[in-house]
Amino acid sequence: MSEPHPSSSPEIYPEQYELRGPAHAKPPRFRRRAFLKLLGAGVVVLCVNRRAAAKAESGAGGPRLAGGTPRPATLDAWLQVAPDGTVTFFTGKTEMGQNIRTSLTQAVAEELPAPIGSIRAVMADTDLTPYDAGTFGSRSTPDMGLQLRRAAATAREALIDLAAARWSVDRGSLTAADGRVIHPPSRRSVGFGELAAGGKLVRTISSGTALKPATQWRIAGLSVPKVDGRQFVSGRHRYASDMALPGMLFGSVLRPPAYGATLESLDVSRAEAMPGVKVVRDGEFVGAVAPSSFEAARAVAAIGATWKTRAQPSEDRLLRDLRGGGNPPESGLFLEADGGLTLKRSYTMAYIAHVPLEPRAAVAVWRDGKLTVWTGSQRPFGIRDEELTEAFGLGPERLRVIVPDTGSGYGGKHTGRAAVEAARLARAADRPVKVVWTRQEEFTWAYFRPAGVIDVASRVRADGKLASWDFHNYNSGSAGIAPPYAVPDPQTQFHSADSPLPQGSYRSLAAAANHFARESHVDELAGALKLDPLEFRLRNMTNPRLRAVAEAGARAFAWGGAKAAGHGSGMAVGLDKGGHVATFAEVAVDASSGRVGAVRVVQAFECGAVVNPDHLRLQLEGAVVQGLGGALFEAVHFENGRILNPHLSAYRVPRFSDAPAIEIVLVDRRDLPSAGAGETGIVGIAPALGNAICDATGVRLRSLPMVPDGLRRAS
Amino acid sequence: MPVVTELNVNGVRHSLNADGARPLLGVLRDDLGLTGTKFGCGEGQCGACTVHVDGVPIRSCLTPAGAIGPRRVTTIEGLEKDGRLHPLQQAFLDAGAMQCAYCTSGMIMSAVVLLAKNPDPTDEDIVRFMDGNICRCGVYPRILDAVKRAAKAMGGARA
Repeated sequence: MSEPHPSSSPEIYPEQYELRGPAHAKPPRFRRRAFLKLLGAGVVVLCVNRRAAAKAESGAGGPRLAGGTPRPATLDAWLQVAPDGTVTFFTGKTEMGQNIRTSLTQAVAEELPAPIGSIRAVMADTDLTPYDAGTFGSRSTPDMGLQLRRAAATAREALIDLAAARWSVDRGSLTAADGRVIHPPSRRSVGFGELAAGGKLVRTISSGTALKPATQWRIAGLSVPKVDGRQFVSGRHRYASDMALPGMLFGSVLRPPAYGATLESLDVSRAEAMPGVKVVRDGEFVGAVAPSSFEAARAVAAIGATWKTRAQPSEDRLLRDLRGGGNPPESGLFLEADGGLTLKRSYTMAYIAHVPLEPRAAVAVWRDGKLTVWTGSQRPFGIRDEELTEAFGLGPERLRVIVPDTGSGYGGKHTGRAAVEAARLARAADRPVKVVWTRQEEFTWAYFRPAGVIDVASRVRADGKLASWDFHNYNSGSAGIAPPYAVPDPQTQFHSADSPLPQGSYRSLAAAANHFARESHVDELAGALKLDPLEFRLRNMTNPRLRAVAEAGARAFAWGGAKAAGHGSGMAVGLDKGGHVATFAEVAVDASSGRVGAVRVVQAFECGAVVNPDHLRLQLEGAVVQGLGGALFEAVHFENGRILNPHLSAYRVPRFSDAPAIEIVLVDRRDLPSAGAGETGIVGIAPALGNAICDATGVRLRSLPMVPDGLRRAS
Repeated sequence: MPVVTELNVNGVRHSLNADGARPLLGVLRDDLGLTGTKFGCGEGQCGACTVHVDGVPIRSCLTPAGAIGPRRVTTIEGLEKDGRLHPLQQAFLDAGAMQCAYCTSGMIMSAVVLLAKNPDPTDEDIVRFMDGNICRCGVYPRILDAVKRAAKAMGGARA
């Protein structure tokens, strides 16, 4: 089952986690055939291209995986100008808090150029926007940003041509600025809206379109505030879970008591006797609709169901299962005669949950044989072309998926199960239906960040240079697996495993796990050599961009400075998806209680030309806080097919009191293309915290979460 | 529980017909269309559903609508006056204190009560008071900043 990682292509992620996991965790009627096809196609991905790989990450199966859908080349599919000068652009990307609506608006404003306030974005509507594989992989800025820049530049040239014809002047004498075309010699100018006059700008977008270099940006590169921020602070924005339609009912779904349970008998008489309730049964799917969500849930609770359960793997044998039943390899630090040393260690990581604060939700309505669903998702087209197509046997022209700006995803909202459920109930009830998952459903019937085991063996010479590197990741994935250090012939391998829980994408995929193992390991090597951890890393690092963030972060952190009693400092560096990160953390460990707190974090980051510095900082701050949860205390516990802590009272996420003081240091490289930044900011925090704990206490922690119950001193 | 026929929300008396056992959150959202208040967990852990009842912050997901009686309910929609944002709403905008913003209503509703009780809170005061509100995007440092900005704008903070 092992596949070698193509170390020559570090940006390719041969992972396809969506809906992977035990068959019982999949929604009813999920076809095994499609699942196998998807796994088979994953092999192809290795030698295809980045776009196909991005699809594979999200598990987009079916025919698209082979060739992909070409993007329309016609300008008006991407950008239109209204008579009043309003510019509307269209993108299949979804806004989930990463503020891509704002930064794509900046990209369009820059190339036209036009004022930010004159630009509207239509996002993530399968009837209105061009096909898009999904919002993941930190691709929105480098890929969609580029596409929209080209569209806007093409529109600008078309508008200049219209003005040249209108005034019978040489187009070379015209410029565009602030939503107008200007003829400086005659001091004439005309607005984009008047030029376009409501007609389509008929042009073809080409990849050769000249774009403004980042060094000349005037709107991109600025900290433009969230474009529709006022809608959110006023409570006016309608998330999918806030949508309401006339005559809408509320739906709730009967869930099995455990993974793999099958329905034996059903008694719906009590539920159906409740006023306004309709019970819907469709194969294994059982749900109810009612005039309120409370009544729908009460009706489902009144359904008498007996289930046949079967034994399921439990957490206590997880690590052995992930290694395919094998025993852990040798562990230890081995000194060698020539002054070099060998270190063999294993690292583990628990399943964790995304916990998007807006649970999965959907509103579905059938009109004249066409289904329209509003849902919070990262993959509107994937839901249309896979899950809804499969459930209802309809073509794309009879399915529409709309994603209102969503209450976060973090890689957790690639699937559309709530959309299918709402649509099924709406069809049976012949009314619009809303389904909002409970937190318990969210914790149980979605999917998790994969658990993993990582075995690392390395050798380092007496001069502090890495001599060998052998790195095996079981189950969590291969993203970010290649070491950013100069080491001859590094061996890195990802071994897939049979996961006992449904698992899928999570912010940065396996890069967080792989960075935890690698940067913890490297830190231990530095300690064994009695070298400063920063010095040791720099000695083995050739990538100048990574060196630059390591040095910038160390300066801001005052690395090597004095520490208070019980405090420790740790660092980690990382490189993934075009982002370069160095994370420095200071922790405080309370000796009597064992409480570990993150005191302050400095994170230096470089991802090429920065489109919106403030929103980039916000992404990085958020990644640090979110990553801190998985590092210190988050873990999904399970036993025999049941999640044991499917509540926020039992699954701890970071709160105000957990958040350290955070300083972000941006290295803005206007000479380099913009990479994405939503994910890589999360990879450094867990190892930096672990290394800081070791610095403070001498205790090396190699399992995530590291201190769910505080630090228990090794006795 | 008896049927609720009237609720005073944001200074408006609403006539309705709702099972009093239903959580206030569902009645506000589904019956009155006030969807600014959010469902996050249903167990009072996340604070997304925070509203005020006679100025006291409550978790509307756990509070039966039948328990409200004639008391005044305030939701996020009730903070804006004549098109002017409440200083806390403005401060959240100015501090860029949101990502997905699903927690924002609850954060603002909690912070309004904090500043009413303590016009000049320290960082520790804010953290302690707001610790029941979860922001999964991890915007806590910005929210802290926003609350301090609002305190200053409202004249409570020491110069």
